[in-house]
Amino acid sequence: MNRKKLQKQAEALNRSARHFRRPEVECLIRLFHTLVPEAGERRGAAGLDRNAFRSVLHLTFGMTDDMIMDRVFRAFDKDNDSCVSVKEWVEGLSIFLRGTLEEKMKYCFEVYDLNGDGYISREEMFHMLKNSLLKQPTEEDPDEGIKDLVEITLKKMDYDHDGKLSYADFEKAVRDENLLLEAFGPCLPDIKSSMAFEMQAFQETHDL
Amino acid sequence: MGAGVRPALHPLCGETALILVGAMGVTLTRAAQWTSAGSGPGTLEITPLNESLLNEIIKFTEGFHYRHPQEAAFVFREPLEWKTRLDYSVFESGYEISGTTVQSEDKDKDGQPLLLLTASTIRVRSFGELSRLLSVATEKKLKEAQACLEANRDPIVKILGPGYGTVEGEDMSMLRLLEKVKKDDDPETEIKMKISLLLQQLDMQLLNSSLKHISREVRLTPTSVKNEVDLLKHFSGKGEDTVLESLEYTSDYEFSNGCRAPPWRQVHGEICYLIVKPHDTNPLFITCSTAGVFLNGGREKEKDDIEYERKSDIYKDLVTFLRERSPKFLENMAKQEYTFFEEPVHEKQQHLEIVDTEDSGQSQKFYDCSEKNVFEKMKSPPVKGKPIDKKLEPSLKWKDTGLAGSQDAAKKDIKEEKEVRPISHELKKKASIISSGSVKAQSATKRKVSEKSEEASESSSESEEDEEQPERHQEGNTDLPSEYWQIQKLVKYLKGGNQTATVIALCSMRDFNLAQETCQLAIRDVGGLEVLINLLDTEDVKCKIGSLKILKEISQNSQIRRTIADLGGLQIMVKILDSPDKDLKCLAAETIANVAKFKRARRTVRQHGGITRLVGLLDCVSMGLANPTPSQTKDIEIARCGALALWSCSKSTKNKEAIRKAGGIPLLAQLLKSPHVSMLTPVVGTLQECASEPSYRLAIKTERMIENLVKNLSSENQELQMHCASAIFKCAEDEETRDLVRQHGGLQPLATLLSNSENKELLAAVTGAIWKCAISRENVTKFREYKVIETLVGLLTDQPEEVLVNVVGALGECCQEPINRAIIRKCAGIPPLVNLLTGTNQALLVNVTKAVGSCAAEPENMMIIDRLDGVRLLWSLLKNPHPDVQASAAWAICPCIENAKDAGEMVRSFVGGLELIVNLLKSEHKEVLASVCAAITNIAKDEENLAVITDHGVVPLLSRLANTNNDKLRRHLAEAISRCCMWGSNRIAFGETKAVAPLVHYLKSDDTAVHRATAQALYQLSEDPNNCITMHENGVVKLLLGMVGSTDEILQEAAAGCIANIRRLALATEKAKYG
Repeated sequence: MNRKKLQKQAEALNRSARHFRRPEVECLIRLFHTLVPEAGERRGAAGLDRNAFRSVLHLTFGMTDDMIMDRVFRAFDKDNDSCVSVKEWVEGLSIFLRGTLEEKMKYCFEVYDLNGDGYISREEMFHMLKNSLLKQPTEEDPDEGIKDLVEITLKKMDYDHDGKLSYADFEKAVRDENLLLEAFGPCLPDIKSSMAFEMQAFQETHDL
Repeated sequence: MGAGVRPALHPLCGETALILVGAMGVTLTRAAQWTSAGSGPGTLEITPLNESLLNEIIKFTEGFHYRHPQEAAFVFREPLEWKTRLDYSVFESGYEISGTTVQSEDKDKDGQPLLLLTASTIRVRSFGELSRLLSVATEKKLKEAQACLEANRDPIVKILGPGYGTVEGEDMSMLRLLEKVKKDDDPETEIKMKISLLLQQLDMQLLNSSLKHISREVRLTPTSVKNEVDLLKHFSGKGEDTVLESLEYTSDYEFSNGCRAPPWRQVHGEICYLIVKPHDTNPLFITCSTAGVFLNGGREKEKDDIEYERKSDIYKDLVTFLRERSPKFLENMAKQEYTFFEEPVHEKQQHLEIVDTEDSGQSQKFYDCSEKNVFEKMKSPPVKGKPIDKKLEPSLKWKDTGLAGSQDAAKKDIKEEKEVRPISHELKKKASIISSGSVKAQSATKRKVSEKSEEASESSSESEEDEEQPERHQEGNTDLPSEYWQIQKLVKYLKGGNQTATVIALCSMRDFNLAQETCQLAIRDVGGLEVLINLLDTEDVKCKIGSLKILKEISQNSQIRRTIADLGGLQIMVKILDSPDKDLKCLAAETIANVAKFKRARRTVRQHGGITRLVGLLDCVSMGLANPTPSQTKDIEIARCGALALWSCSKSTKNKEAIRKAGGIPLLAQLLKSPHVSMLTPVVGTLQECASEPSYRLAIKTERMIENLVKNLSSENQELQMHCASAIFKCAEDEETRDLVRQHGGLQPLATLLSNSENKELLAAVTGAIWKCAISRENVTKFREYKVIETLVGLLTDQPEEVLVNVVGALGECCQEPINRAIIRKCAGIPPLVNLLTGTNQALLVNVTKAVGSCAAEPENMMIIDRLDGVRLLWSLLKNPHPDVQASAAWAICPCIENAKDAGEMVRSFVGGLELIVNLLKSEHKEVLASVCAAITNIAKDEENLAVITDHGVVPLLSRLANTNNDKLRRHLAEAISRCCMWGSNRIAFGETKAVAPLVHYLKSDDTAVHRATAQALYQLSEDPNNCITMHENGVVKLLLGMVGSTDEILQEAAAGCIANIRRLALATEKAKYG
C-alpha cells in the first residue's frame, strides 16, 4: 500500500475515531494490513474474518469466552458482513481501547444483547452466566446457583422491574457502580493488555 | 579423733527428713509447705506448720536408738546425703577426725563408716548415727533436719530400698514385706519390717498433729484483709498520733472475689499487696495471703514489678505484722487501743475461717469458674514473665473472666495449677477450631495480649479507643438476621464463581448496609473476609476494586480491622499501592487508613514498606491547578487518601520517623496549601499528630506551615480548626513559632474560637494554643487587646480537666505582667483559681500553683488569696507526692510570703508547716530543692520562723546541698544560707557542716545571679573567723577582688564587705601575734 493512500485513509478515519491521533491511526491501519496479509490488496472490501479477529482477541487481549468473542466480533462488524473492515477495525478499537464510559456502556450492552432486541433478557443472562459458577456436585439442580445469580443481577440492575434489562436500566446501574460495566463477561481489554497492545502497535510505527 | 568440741547434730535431722518424706509421704508432700515461687529443687518454707512437723520428726529420731537399739543399727540401703552446715569441729568422741573429714567409729560389715562427713557433704547410713548426729547438732537440729529432707525427698527408698517407695494410692509395701518375712528367715527383713512399721506409725502421728495444727490455724480471707486495711487506713496519715504514715494497695482493681492479686498469684493463695509506710522505717512491701501476712521482695523502681518471693516470717494478720516491724506503730496503737480494737474484734472473727473445711470444695469451684475462660487465661503466661500494666491493673479481659470469681481458688498447692493446665490445652484447641470456623472471633482477645508485650516500644500520643473494646458475640444461632443467610450465599458465589460472578456478588453485597454491625460480623462469620482478602491477591482489577470497596466499609469495625490484619490483608493492600490503577490505589489507602487504627496494624504497614509508598501517594503535581483535568483530580484524590492513611499510621512514634525519612514533610507542606477541607483535615491531622516530635516542630516552622495552619483556624470546619489549634499548641513551645503565629495574625482567630465553648475538644486545643503562645510577652499584649484574659477567667469553672489545665496555664503566663494580674482580680478570677488548688490532677496543680503564685505578686491579690486561705492550700500541696507539684507549690509560696501582711504569723499558724518544708530539703529533685530554698529564704525573713526552722535542722540540710553544679539551685541555696546566717550560731554551724568551701567555688560559675547570691552569703559567713580562714584557703580573695569591680552594686558591696572581714581578721591576727 502506498504512503499517500495510507495517509488519506488515516485522515478519513481519524474523523470517526476521535480517540486516536493521526499517527496512531496510521499505525493501526498498518497493523490491520499485517493481520490481513495480501487479502486487502486483492479483494478491496475484505478484512478480518471471524476467526482471524477471534485469534487477535484471544492472543492479544487474552479473551477466552467463545461466546463473548463472537459477540465482540459482531459489535465490531457494524455492517454485519462477517468481516471487520479497516474502518470498523479502527473505529472499534477506538472504543475498545479508549472509549468513554458512555461509549463503552453502549458497546457492552450491544455485546450482551445477544439477540439484538434492545433488552438483555433473563435467558440471555442465564446463557452468559452459565459457566460462571463452579458446579457443586452436591446440589440437586446444578443450574440453581446460576438462576439465583441472574435474580441477584436483576434485583440489582432492573430498575423498572420488567424482568429484563433495557439500555436505560443498564446505563443507570453502571453509572451507579462502574464495576457492572462488564457484568456478564469480560468484553473489554484489561489495563495491562491494552497498554501492552498500544505500546506494541504504536511503538513499532515510531521505529519505522 | 578430734579434740573437737561439740557433737554433731546431723543424724536426727536426716532421719526426720526420711521419715517425713517416706512414711509421711502425705504429710510432707501435701501438708508441708514447699515454696511456691521459684524453680529448681523445692525448699521447705519455714512456716509454723513445717516447723512443728520437723520438730515431731526430730523427736522421733532423737529417741530412736534408745527405744529401738536393734533397728538403730540397721544399715541403710543407701546413705542419706545432704549439705550440712555443721563444722567438723563439733564431732568429738565416737568419731575419727582427719582434716576436714569425719568418720564414725561404727562401721558396717564391709568396714564402711556409718557416718561420713567430707567437706560440707554428710552421708549417714543408720538411725543410730542419725540420732547421734542430732544430739551433736544441738540448736542446729532444725536446720539439719530441714536440709536432709530437702535433699532426700523420698528417704524411705534410701533406707529400705526401692521396694518401699511411696506409692500413690494403696500402699502395698507392708503386705509385700509380710510375705517376704514369711518366706525367708533373714533377720534383716524382719528389721526392715519393723522399721517400716515404725515409720508408718510416725507418719500417722505426723498426719494427726498436722491436722490438729491446720485446724487451729486461721486463714485470712479477702474480706478480713480488707476490713483490716480499711481500719488501719482510718488511723493513718500525716501527723504524730497516727499509727502509720500511709497504707496503699498496689492495685486499684479488685476482682469480684475481693482479691487484688493477679489471678496467677491468687492460685498461691495471695490476696493483695500493700505498700505500708510506717513512721519509723522504710516503706514495707507486704503480701497478704490466705496463710497470713509477710514481707515480699518489693517493687523495683524501673520495672513496677513485684517480687513475690517471701522475705519474712508469716504473721497471722497485718496488725501483728506491723507491731513486730514498727515500734512507733506499737506505741501509737496503744494510744488508740480503745477505739481501734473495740469494734473490729468480733467483726474480724466473723471473717476468719478455718481453712481445711473448705479446701476440697474450693478446688472444684476453681475449675468451674476457670473452665470457660481458660482460653484467655492460657494467653496470659507472658504476663507472668513481665507484668505489663504499670499499676498491676488487670486488663479488662480479666475482669470478664470468671477467674475473678475463684476467690477461694487461692490455694497453696502448686499441684492445683498443674491440674488445670491440661484442661486448658484442650480448651485452647477447641477454641481455635471454633475461631477458624469463624463463628466467634475469640482470637481478638488472644492478640491483645501478644500486642501488649510486643509493642512496648511504640508510643501513641492519642488514646487508642479501639484497643480495649470488648468482644461482642452473637448469642447463639437462634436469632440470626436474614442478612446473615443472604450474605452467606453471596460469599459462596465469591468463592465458587469466576470473575464475572464474583463481580456480581461483590456489587450485590454492597447493597447491604455495611455500616451495620450485623452485616459486618456476618461477613466475617461466614468466612467472607478470607475470600475478600484472597481476591486482593488476584490479577483481576475489578475483583480487587469490588473487594476493597467492601473492606473499606466494614473496616470501620474494630473487630473486623483486627481480623483483616490477622489474615495478612495489610501486606497485600500495601502492595496494591504500587498498582497503576488509580481507583485501586485510593481504595487501598483508604482501607489502610481504617485498619491502621491499632498499633500492630501500624507496625505491619511500616514493616512492609507501606509508609514509603503512602508518602509516595502524596506527591501530586497538579495540586495548585485551577481547573484540573479528571485525571489530575484523581491524583489529588489519591494524595488525599494517602494522607488519610498516614494520619492513622502517624499515631506510632516509629511511623512518624518513617514518614519523615520518606520525605513526607515537604509533601504535607505542599498539600497544606489545598483549599479543600477534605484534604486539609487528614494533612493537618497528620501534622499535629507528628508535632509531638521535635523534628516535625522544626520542620513546621521552617517549611512555613504556620501560615497555613493559622489560615485554617478560620475554617468553617471545627475538626480542622481543632487540628490546627492543636498543632500550634504543640509547636508553640518554640519562641520563633510563637512569633510567627502572631505575625500571621493567628492570635485573633484563637481568641475568637474561645467563645465556642460547646465543642470541648476544640476548646482544649484552642486554650492549649493560647497557653503556649502566651509565653511571649508581645502575644500577651495582643491577647489583652482581644479580651482573652476575661474570657479565660470565665472558663475556670465547669470545664473538663483537659481544658482547665490549658486555661490555667494560659492565665499563669498572662500573670507574668502586673497589669494582667489586676485584670484577673477585677473579673473575679482569683477565687476560682484558689478553688482549683484542691484538685488532684497533677498537670492542673502545677499550672494552678504557678498562676496563683504569679497573682500573689500583687499585694491586693494577695489579700484575696489570704482571705480564701490559699496559702494553706499551697502549703498542703507540698505534701503532694509528685515533685513537679511540690516545686511549683514552693515557688508559689515565695511571693505569697513576700506580699502577705503578717506573713510570719501566717506561716507560723500552719501546724507542722515549717517542719514539712524543711524536710523537703531531703528531696532528690533539683527543682524541688531550688524552690524550697527560695521559700526558706522568704520564711527566714521572719526571725521567729528562722529560729523554728533552725530547730528543725535547716542548717545541716542546706549545707548538705552545697556540692551542686546546678546554677539555679546554687543561687537559691546561697540566698537561703545568707538569710539563715542571721540567727544564733548558724554562721558557725554552716562552717562546721562544710558549706563554706563549696560556696566559694560558686563564684566560678558563669551565672551572675549566682555570683550575687554567693557573695552575699559569703559576706554573712565571713563574720565568723573560722569561715574566713576556710574561704581564704579556698582562694576566695582573688575571686572576690574581681567582683568588687562589678557593675552590680549589691554584688560589689557584698564582695567588698567579705574581703574587709577577711582583711580585718588577718590584721587582728597579726596584731595578736606581733602586737
